[in-house]
Formats: sequence, C-alpha cells, structure tokens
Amino acid sequence: MSNTSRLVNFTLNGRPVSARVDMHHTLVEMLRTQFDLFGARESCAQGLCGCCTVLVDGQAVSGCLYFAALVDGATIETVEHLGASDRLDPVQQAFIECGAFQCGFCTPGFILMTKQLLDENPNPTEDEIRHYLSGNLCRCGAYPEIIAAVKSAAAKRRATA
Amino acid sequence: MAVTEMQSGQVGRSLPRRESTAKVTGRADYVHNLRLPGMLHIKVFRSSIAHGRIKRLDVSAAKRLAGVHSVITSDDVRKLIPEPYFGPAFHDQPILAIDKVRHIGEPVAVVLATDPHVAEEGVALIQAEYDELPGVYDEVAGATATTYVHDVLKPAGTFPDLKHLQGKKNTNIALDYQLRRGDVEAAFAKADHVFEHTFRTQQVMHVPLEPMVSAAEPTPSGLTIYTASQSPSFVRIEIARLLGWPENKVRVKVPHLGGGFGAKLYIKLEALVAALALITQRPVKLSQTMEEQFFTISKHATTFKIKSGVTKDGKIVARRCDVWWNGGAYADIGPRVTQKSGFTAAGPYDIENVHLDSFAVYTTRPPAGALRGFGIPQLVWAYESHTDLIARALDIDPVAIRRKNILREGRPQATGTKMKDAAIEQVLERLAARMNWDRPFDRGTGTVKRGRGVGIGFKAVIAPTTSVAIVNVYADGSCSLYCSTVDMGQGSDTIMTQIVADVLNLPIERVSMVHPDTDVTPYDMATLGSRSTFHMGNAVKLAAEDAKGKLEALAKEVGLPAGANVPVGEIFKKKYGMQAGNVVGSGSFIPSYKSPDHATGMTDNATPFWMIGGTGAEVEIDTETGDMKVLRIVNVADCGTPINPRIVDTQLSGGAVMQLGFTLTEEMQFENGQLRNPTLADYKIPGMRDMPAAMENEAVSARQHDGPFGAKGVGESATFGVSPAIANAIHDAVGVRLTELPITPERLFRALAVANGKPLKD
Repeated sequence: MSNTSRLVNFTLNGRPVSARVDMHHTLVEMLRTQFDLFGARESCAQGLCGCCTVLVDGQAVSGCLYFAALVDGATIETVEHLGASDRLDPVQQAFIECGAFQCGFCTPGFILMTKQLLDENPNPTEDEIRHYLSGNLCRCGAYPEIIAAVKSAAAKRRATA
Repeated sequence: MAVTEMQSGQVGRSLPRRESTAKVTGRADYVHNLRLPGMLHIKVFRSSIAHGRIKRLDVSAAKRLAGVHSVITSDDVRKLIPEPYFGPAFHDQPILAIDKVRHIGEPVAVVLATDPHVAEEGVALIQAEYDELPGVYDEVAGATATTYVHDVLKPAGTFPDLKHLQGKKNTNIALDYQLRRGDVEAAFAKADHVFEHTFRTQQVMHVPLEPMVSAAEPTPSGLTIYTASQSPSFVRIEIARLLGWPENKVRVKVPHLGGGFGAKLYIKLEALVAALALITQRPVKLSQTMEEQFFTISKHATTFKIKSGVTKDGKIVARRCDVWWNGGAYADIGPRVTQKSGFTAAGPYDIENVHLDSFAVYTTRPPAGALRGFGIPQLVWAYESHTDLIARALDIDPVAIRRKNILREGRPQATGTKMKDAAIEQVLERLAARMNWDRPFDRGTGTVKRGRGVGIGFKAVIAPTTSVAIVNVYADGSCSLYCSTVDMGQGSDTIMTQIVADVLNLPIERVSMVHPDTDVTPYDMATLGSRSTFHMGNAVKLAAEDAKGKLEALAKEVGLPAGANVPVGEIFKKKYGMQAGNVVGSGSFIPSYKSPDHATGMTDNATPFWMIGGTGAEVEIDTETGDMKVLRIVNVADCGTPINPRIVDTQLSGGAVMQLGFTLTEEMQFENGQLRNPTLADYKIPGMRDMPAAMENEAVSARQHDGPFGAKGVGESATFGVSPAIANAIHDAVGVRLTELPITPERLFRALAVANGKPLKD
C-alpha cells in the first residue's frame, strides 16, 4: 500500500465497514478485492455499459469510474443486497420470469437501474424505459425481454404497494 | 430403447435458465471473479505498428520498477516451449511476438506483478523499435500481394483440406476452397440476363461484456487453467501439445461465460497464461480490457463478387461466387470459415451451374475468426442483396423470385448434397405471411419514406465433430450431468438437463450440472456454430438412456418385476443394503460426414443438419438527413423442434439484435494499420434505443429426424437475413442500393445524393 492510501468508512449493504484504498482505486475494484462482491463488474471501463452499476447514497453510479476514496461516509448498495436467493426483489423475479438475460454479465446493472427507475416512476411507458436504460448495454441482445421484465416488475410493485 | 417423443416430460417446456437466481443476484461464477492465492496479474506490452521486424526491445526499466515480479519476452517463452506457435488450423501464432510483429496490438512482452496497477506501469516503461514493413490490409489485394505476412505456411495437420498448404511460401492465401458444378460460363452465355455485383463487409468485434480472461496455476501434477473459453477440450489438447505433455497433466476449468459469440473459441490467452505460470511457478491471471479484445479476435471483413445468369422469368441458371476473407495476421479458424461457408455461398437456391472460389487471406490486421455464423452472415448479405437486385431489374416481386428458385426438400444443394430436414420454403412462407407481404404497405409521405425487404440464408454445421456426456445417478435417485458444453448465455445448461430429466422421468431440480472441467467432464469438440443442441444433445440423451438401461438392469438384478414403479433410491438400497452406489451412463455422438472433393468441392454428405434463418425488415428513412429507423424486424427460423421454446425465442432476437449492430453501426476503423476505435465510446454496439419498435420471432413447425427430440441448433440462424433485409428495405423505400456495411446515415445520405444527381464531395 502506498503512502497515498487512506482509510474510508462507509455503510456497505446495510453494515458499517472500513477499507484502506489508494487514490487510483475505483469503487468496483475495492468491492471485488476487499469485500468479495462481484455483482458490479468492470467491462468497458468507460462508464458506458452499466455492468459496474453501484448505488451510492441511493444514486446509481458507474463503479468503474467512481473513486473508492470518495465513498467515505456514504451508503453503498450493490446487487448482492437487493435480494437473497430465497427472497428475491420483484425486479429480480420479473427478470427471471421474463427470461430477461442470457449470459448474465450485464444483469446486475440492469436490475439496479430498473429498481431506481421504478422508485422514481412506478408506471413507466416503454419509451421511458428505453430512455432510462439506454446507458446499460446487453450484448446478448435481451432487450425485448428486459423491457417486458421492467413492465412486469412495475406491475408487481404496484400490486404490493 | 424406444425414442420417446415429447410427452408430459421436461422437453418442450419453457423453463427459466437453471442459473437464473445466481445471475439476478450477481452471484454467478465467472473467471472474471477468480482470485488465486499468490496470484500475479499480467499486463501486456503490444505492438504499436501493423507489420515490422523487432529491432530492439528494452524491458530493463520495467524490470527495475518496484513491485514488478518479472518481465517476460519470447526469449523466455522459448526456453520452456521451443516452438511456441499455436492455433486450431495453422500453428502460426506465437505466444509472444518472435522477431516480427504482424498486427497492431500484437503481444510482444508481458509484465507480472501482484498489483495490476504496478504491472501496467511496468508496461509503460517498455520500449520497442521496429523496422517497419509494408502493411497488407485489403483481402483482395492481399491475395496477390508480394508482401507476405508469413514466410512459410504451417498447417496444424488436423484438417485434411489444409495439408496441401504445408510448407508453402510466397503466399498470403491460407485456404482456397473451390466448388465446380456444371458449366457456369456456358450457362451465362445462354442466359437471358447476367447480373454481377460486388458486396463488402467490414471488420467487427464480438464484444463479449466479460472481456477475455484466463488464469493458470502450476500444480504438483501439472497445470490447471481457469479460462473463459468456449472450447475447454481443445485448450487442453493444444496446451499439452505445446508443452509435450500428456493430456492428463493439463486441467481446464470453465464456469459461466459473460458472452462468447465465437470470441472465446479454440485458444486465445491460454497458451500465454500456461507458459507464464510455468515460467514464474506462480498462479497468473490475464484479464483483458475491453480495448485489448479488439486486438485479439474479430470477424472477417469480406469482399464478395457475385454473378448470376437468369432467364427472363427469373429462374437463376448459373452463379459464380468469388469470396475473399480478410483473416488478419493469424489464421485462427478462418480457413474453416472459408471452406464451410463456401459450401453455401451461392445461397439457398436450386442452381444448376455453380462456380465458387473462397480464399482465406492473411493480412496485417488483428486476427479474424468465428463470430456467430461462421461467415454465413457475410455471404447472405451479398447473395440476398444480389437476389433482390435481380428481382427489381426483372420487375419480379422479391418474395416471388425466391419462391421460384428456392431449394426444396430432396433437391441437391451446390455441393451435391440432397436437402433433408431443411424447411427453407416454410421459413420463406412464414416470413412472407408475418410481413403481410401480399397486402398494401404504407410507403410514407413527403420526405419520410418507408420500405420493406427480406433476406433468407442457410448454413451447414461444422463437421465432423464429437461430443461425449456422462450421467451419474446417485443413490437417492438424483443425478448430475457431466458435460463440457460451455454455457455462455445460450442456455445449454438448461436444455441439456431438460433432456436428462425427460429421459429419466425426473423433475428438473433432481438433475444438476457439472460445469466443464477436463479432469471430470468428458470431451466435447467446442461450443460453437450452433452445434451443441444437436451434437451434445444427442450425446446427453444417449448417456441418460444408458443410465436408464442400467437402472432397469439393476432393478431386475435385485428381483424387481419389469416395469415396477419403484423409486430409484429403493433399487440402490436393495442392491447395497443402504443409500450407496452410483449408476453411470455415458453417451458419445459423432454424426456422419463426407469431406468435399478438393478439386470439385462436391460431397453427398456436406452437413449433419441445416440451419435456416430468414429476416424481414421494415424501415423508415428521412431523405433529408439519411437518418433511418428500423421499425420492425421479423425473424423466422427452422431449428427443428425446440427443447425450450423461450430460450429459442431469445436466441433468435438476440442474434438479430447483434447483427443489427453489424449492419448499422459497428465497424473497426483502421488508418495505416492503426485501429482508431477500440472502445465502446467509439465502437457503437446496439443499446435499447437502437431496438426496432417491433421485433417478433418464429420457429417454424419442423423436426430434425436425428436431432435429440427433433431439435437442432439455433444460435446463429437469426443473424443470417438481417443485413440484406435492411438493405433491400432501403432500396424499396428510396431506390438506392448500399453494397457495403455498415449502413450509416452518412453512407445512406451520400447514396441518396448520388441518386439525386448531386453527389457529395468526400
């Protein structure tokens, strides 16, 4: 660890944690190397594909561009916190039911963005869905199924709201 | 045992992917996630020029950098592996460049460190000087160029049709496939019309979102490789060959892949990580960046000159095809692409006289290999654009001209192989019906014009190839499937276990999947070319049937009456006195195939099965800007009888979406051998807003007689027709023809300007 490293304290998936990070470490790098969280993953490394999506204080950010040193005092949430295998979030359920993924590499990013979309707009139109999720890429091309899953998740959430 | 058709079992059901929960919770296992104790990260120093001799390579500053474990060049590699050249078709690719570099981004040296940032910094300290050589960039010019990418050709020896190239010098042609049927020149002379066009496709990249990644670890008994690979069995064989080891000293493990599409086939990073693990005696891992993928593998750019003789009523009587494949610096599987796609380059039409030449050409670009279609999308682009042009010239409806010429069941295809279980006609008819082809179409108004078009293609599967599977039934009646098919998102884990559950009459939850591990799972040629459902599906079915037969024998042995409905666990208990034991069933499958005659390209058994895919497109064009919207895409395919209809549906739309990117936006742009856009900022893959407003898919009602439960492959079929369907729709809308991909607004606008008599300056 170099002499430029610093200690950051933050809340990660509901628990207070701390980590020592270098100034050049990204959030996604810290999550994988220090907390064994692999749901946010680096792909394009330019903040263009959405695979590294992490929620910082409730706001979706590109974890590959966000410096780990900046999370001091923040609340961080990753896909691993959204639901466990025995109690999935309605968005996760909808993605399964609609077959809204193939390889699954982009899926956590889509799920977190969908959750944020539905928090802001419980009943989005298809245009609104396409616009909101335009920063997430799926090379398997599961877009028709993802759109169906977002609509289904919205309906599920409205039914239980 | 009688083959059971779909009944109340698991086959034919749209079950969710079996790893669904792991994928939506971010817990699916990828090599991307892997960390090994004591692991060194590898960063690669790459060539900054396209072609040249290495004059000087200075790694001293990198070696001195604090935290760097080692810096390795080809000199070090050759101490371990004297002939460090790998590849599936040719042994032409050095693990690290030796004396010469042949493409931009070629690996020249590597830096290893426990901290990847330190390794990266070390790479920045390496200096190389080159004596630059002329580049060879174009596939047509490259075929006759006098600058040679390789001094001597080195076929791997595994493919009989490459043997004649052994030791050949002074050529860039890595395979020349030819087919001669009838007499095209005589037929052209007699034809009412002769049409000739040239079409081109661009170099593109697979862009799996999990960038290519491999790790290797020395073990007391040999070497373990963890790799995001579509072909673990091949990796083991090739690494064992390089090291001069028996296969059983090399273990290759593959979890889920974050996309593959052909990028992760055969051997890519594995030879390098294997060498580095043995040289350093440490676990090593190479995680490529998105940018590095563009230098590693790509899809062939092509030039296709196509000429047809046609009667005045639209019957095609002769076709000549000359296809050049831009293979880049290393052959990879390009020669296979050249030959296999060569079989069908004349299209799914019944043509008496066919003359076909297909050339794999070495150039000084990043290597090209297989990408979702093994060359077929490039061919369909040309022959379906050409067919449409013929129809328009003769004032025949585009669907009608296809009906007139289409290859019907039982008729010989260009190679002489008679069509069987090939629902070409049905695909065309269902496509026409879904497109409402015989009904009036809204052609737009004013400066906004609409048009529609279709394209239909077919493909022979790579052959002959082998799959082996094992079904292990445990003492409680649950079981595991051991299978080296790689699930890269296409859903093979799910359908393979559906087959086992169906044969053994088990709920799907009672069947688990053992992922590829060459020490554990048996041989499979590779997960490629839409072969797994048919080949591995058959092997899995045989393995499950073998297990079932052994369970029946065991039941008889312990004195149960035939057909007794006793739980499997009871049979084991009666045999062993407690919950103990296994029943292991195995299945091995290799279909019949006959290699084409070298001189004529003829064979009466060109493929174990045919894949057929057609796409219809409706487009809307703003003639003032060249902006185009794809309004609707209809994909129709013959994939036999689907084992999991929903997964088939997602394969169809996924294939079409990918091909939409290759049609409209994606292009690796080169300038003097330099790649200008190896990032997602500058290389645009389709996003959600690029999707057509409507996309629909149909698997026609069909059955592959020797497929497992009537099924066959589907992963590539929806890529075939997309590009020509869109070009044909553009022609329909605004009367201009684009012959080069991608179809960008600028290209379209320029073509409109030419049509209006006001061509734009460059």
